[in-house]
Amino acid sequence: MEQTLAQTLEIRDLHVRVEGKEILKGVTLTVRPGETHALMGPNGSGKSTLSYTLMGHPKYEIVGGEVLLNGESLLALSPDERARRGLFLAMQYPVSVPGVTLYTFLRAAASAMRGYGEAARRSGDQRLHAHLIPAREFRQEVNAEIGKLKMDQAFLNRYLNEGFSGGEKKRAEILQMALLKPRIAILDETDSGLDIDALRIVSEGVNRLQAELGMGLLVITHYQRLLNYIRPEHVHIFYNGRVVHSAGPELVEKLEAQGYDWVQAEFGV
Amino acid sequence: MANDYDDLRQIKDQTQEDFATEIDYAYQTRRGLGEDIVREVSAVKGEPQWMLDFRLKALDTFMKMPMPTWGVDLGLLDFEEFYYFMRSTERKARNWEEVPDAIKDTFERLGIPEAERRFLAGVETQMDSESVYSSLKEEWQRHGIIFVDMDTAVREYPDLVREHISTIVPIGDNKFAALNSAFWSGGSFVYVPKGVDVEIPLQAYFRINAQNLGQFERTIIIADEGSNVHYIEGCTAPQYSTWALHTGVIEILVKKGAHARYTTIQNWSRNVYNLVTQRAVVEEDGSMAWVDGNLGSGITMKYPAVVLRGPRARGEVLSIAFAGDGQHYDAGAKAIHLAPHTTSLITSKSISKGLGRSGFRGMVRVVPGAVGAQSKVACDALLLDPESRSDTYPYIDVSEDEAQIEHEATVSKISEDQLFYLMSRGLSEKEASAMIVNGFLEPFVKELPMEYAVELNRLIALQMEGSVG
Repeated sequence: MEQTLAQTLEIRDLHVRVEGKEILKGVTLTVRPGETHALMGPNGSGKSTLSYTLMGHPKYEIVGGEVLLNGESLLALSPDERARRGLFLAMQYPVSVPGVTLYTFLRAAASAMRGYGEAARRSGDQRLHAHLIPAREFRQEVNAEIGKLKMDQAFLNRYLNEGFSGGEKKRAEILQMALLKPRIAILDETDSGLDIDALRIVSEGVNRLQAELGMGLLVITHYQRLLNYIRPEHVHIFYNGRVVHSAGPELVEKLEAQGYDWVQAEFGV
Repeated sequence: MANDYDDLRQIKDQTQEDFATEIDYAYQTRRGLGEDIVREVSAVKGEPQWMLDFRLKALDTFMKMPMPTWGVDLGLLDFEEFYYFMRSTERKARNWEEVPDAIKDTFERLGIPEAERRFLAGVETQMDSESVYSSLKEEWQRHGIIFVDMDTAVREYPDLVREHISTIVPIGDNKFAALNSAFWSGGSFVYVPKGVDVEIPLQAYFRINAQNLGQFERTIIIADEGSNVHYIEGCTAPQYSTWALHTGVIEILVKKGAHARYTTIQNWSRNVYNLVTQRAVVEEDGSMAWVDGNLGSGITMKYPAVVLRGPRARGEVLSIAFAGDGQHYDAGAKAIHLAPHTTSLITSKSISKGLGRSGFRGMVRVVPGAVGAQSKVACDALLLDPESRSDTYPYIDVSEDEAQIEHEATVSKISEDQLFYLMSRGLSEKEASAMIVNGFLEPFVKELPMEYAVELNRLIALQMEGSVG
């Protein structure tokens, strides 16, 4: 269960329906360890459907295709099982959970990911916090990470995403990524709501984690902005529910200069 | 919410409360009720005539009053099924060493001795009908604080007891208050002198430990002018197959400028009827807070009340109820504004799981002349399953134009998106649901002393078992 190895994410001809309507129409994409892929497309092309589907949101109905992590199918797994295999989704709109502090949440999540709960169950240790990372140890770890993300410690005592600004939510997402140490991370419109300073800090955080963990990255965005800081080797144009064109980083500039209109003309979608 | 209580880890490590301790009951009455039982109880306790008269009058009142026909279904409640008095030791133990081993074992499993050393300055522990152990720190005695069980109070402070008993909850207030008045046994008597601040909470641990035992504790708390006191009652009970009856009466008098707080965590086993009357009268500039957590019992009727009798008196009722399968809470709060510029705040949070049902009655009354009275009632319900049920019954009776009353109610469910978000971070569905529930209860939990917060979290986790996934 521990995700000690680098992971490869393979999406093969994925078809997904939402409320009876087909949104993903045959997505194929492979992200290998250490690679950075940008998935660019206009609003409504199905980008977020892809990210939620990969993470296992129950609303999305898979009607065909396959998603594999190191050859193992993810499709029958619950979101927490996917997370424990090394998949992470930095969400565009993280929901708030009133009454649960960011610190409580982070400690519970990191403990679950590192198998503390499982270990306590197996050993029959029923002490109150046996299923959690020891408080002092975790506090040190968190403090180090929030320092790197230039966040205030007081942030940890706020309720999860409640009343967070757009920028605060995105930083909190990256903080989670730093503590959960995924092998494949999907960033869903992480640049939205970020000012230029926050964008730089968040991007630096992602780049650092990628270097540390050998993480494969799938960056979903419809602007070039974020890609000035997180440099993709592979760029895919997502249009009408599938990848219509893949190329190198030069594609980013073409999209930025010419928009998406030529895509429709060229690929007839 | 209870993350850094490392020091507490060792203290509250009881894993489950469903155990019964073998105890030789030194004395018990026959099953059922009647004048003979009242006389017997009073005689066994060696009570003065006035207390016997009080009990007999209460029995008469009880017999004449009809059963309530609203709220919960009491159709299966048969008063003849219960024992109305049991005594588990021959005499009250003076100190910890004298407490019988079986009882001590139970207390130790409940963490009482450690808790006492670390957190309590005084302990009043009730095993079945009578207290077997109580202690009070010397410095408090020097301050003139009285914290004894009610039997001791009748013996040693008869004038104080006579002056206050049933002045706040009259014998005929309701059928169960009358029943308690006739058969009361145990409970605490607390008196805090003028200007004395009892910094560390007074705690009582109640426990029903016998099949078919009716438990009728009577507690009176008097906070004299300018004093400050926090009393905590925590309840656990072993599981039995036949129904037990718990009918307590709590009377609190908060005098001018005094502050009192009464905290309950109630976790009776599911076969307990819990029919409790809690009321406080608050005088000028005084404040009273009821903090009331209900997790156990099968059928509960409980409406902590604040009667704001003096100008600028303040009252607060903060309650939670967690109704699982087979549990029905009819709970709520009452705020009676009798004087100008009085304020009340009622916050209720209920969770219903499976076939659990929780009802909330919030009553606010403002009499003519209570100008500038303000009241806010907020009740939030969280339903965990499609068949769970929650009802809200607001009763607002305002006879004063210059009063400000707010009432808001929400009903919510655990959202799919919240679950997905938490699960995407590695938490199982069960862990994610428990986290959302804990968050919902946080405004309540943060009002509790640490060790109670810890215990509550554990009880919530037990309630959540098997609710999802």
